[in-house]
Amino acid sequence: MTAPGTPAPASALEEAGFVVTLERFSGPLDLLLHLIRREEIDIWDIPVARIADQFLAVIHVLGLDEAAEYLEMAARLLRIKAQMLLPRRGDEEPWEDPRHELVRRLLEYQQIREVVDWMARAARLRAERHARGWVPPAPETPPPPLVYDIEELLESIERVLAMMPDPIIYRVLPRPLDIEGATQRALDLLAERAAFPWRDLLGGAPTVADVLSSLVALLELARRGLLLLAQERPFTPVMITRGPSYETA
Amino acid sequence: MDHRTRLLEAALFAAPRPLTLDELGVLDPDATDADWRKAIEELREHYETGAHGVELVEIAEGYQILTRPIFAEAIERAAFAQRPMKLSGAALEVLAIIAYRQPVGRAEVEEIRGVSSGGVLKLLQERGLIEVTGRSEGLGRPLLYATTPLFLEHLGLGALSDLPRTDELAVALRPPQAEP
Repeated sequence: MTAPGTPAPASALEEAGFVVTLERFSGPLDLLLHLIRREEIDIWDIPVARIADQFLAVIHVLGLDEAAEYLEMAARLLRIKAQMLLPRRGDEEPWEDPRHELVRRLLEYQQIREVVDWMARAARLRAERHARGWVPPAPETPPPPLVYDIEELLESIERVLAMMPDPIIYRVLPRPLDIEGATQRALDLLAERAAFPWRDLLGGAPTVADVLSSLVALLELARRGLLLLAQERPFTPVMITRGPSYETA
Repeated sequence: MDHRTRLLEAALFAAPRPLTLDELGVLDPDATDADWRKAIEELREHYETGAHGVELVEIAEGYQILTRPIFAEAIERAAFAQRPMKLSGAALEVLAIIAYRQPVGRAEVEEIRGVSSGGVLKLLQERGLIEVTGRSEGLGRPLLYATTPLFLEHLGLGALSDLPRTDELAVALRPPQAEP
């Protein structure tokens, strides 16, 4: 970290376009700290406008601009950038630095990163000593069965939808079948006529639900022996006649 | 070495993990913690002065016999020792946050990291490095996590207090004193 007041050097990045090595960032805070270090910026006086532009450019180059966490940070930076542009009223009123919360989070995260480095070093030293019979949990064990709750599932769906450039979403409307009505119509027709083509059952302008209701009703009546379904030849109309149980019914 | 010190050596040799004073107590009901500490000191001294390939190390709130680091390379080359688990940067981040803030919920971990951390928490729990210690009183009563003895063992720490104190870290949470 440079001392406060050190002028930030003109960004080589800005001139040469963004040459970004495909490092793995563990999150938007990590990326932001990376940019701040790279630009040798004083963390207590972040030029938000410049950093926001770089942040947006980098996440675009790295293809991170669809990850919600990075987008959220980008939005936050732009909001702070806008707040910094608002005119301040001299020194009369106490001015709350809009960068304050971001700086707090960055420092907190930076502390964690320092501890991570310390812990990685400790783990490395520990790995140089072998214990007799020290059996670490085998990493090769098959993963446990996936257990999801409905919230995780919905979160995943939202993530996937957010990644689709042009999601086509169908709304499924429940259309209840009227099997009772269709059954009654079939029985009425059978009472009038000894035989009729199944098309007659559907009436004028049948909907999909009407066709399905009639089909289920016919199959159920046939199963109960109240009617017979017969087709003379392939592609001829299916004819409906009274079944063996019709008279007794 | 007296009988108790040799018993200590045998127990540490047989155990698959560090043994605490409480666990040593089971070996010999007549011995006090002070007796065991004396035995531990004697065994440590014995390994130290007697030109041994192993040493007695205080780790994970207990004691364990470990090989000396100078043999690490040879032993690794021979590849008959179990390799310790490797943890990713993300896993270490979550561990660091939990180590300093425990017991802590997932929301706080994610707030500090700025990324969702459910998968990492699950992994660390499976590896036995963290455990659920309860539920917060907050909204939805989220699970609270804490580190386990295996975490200390993995890092070779005697206790959580061996972690660097936050005021020892290079990063300060407050700005340097403003110079006039």
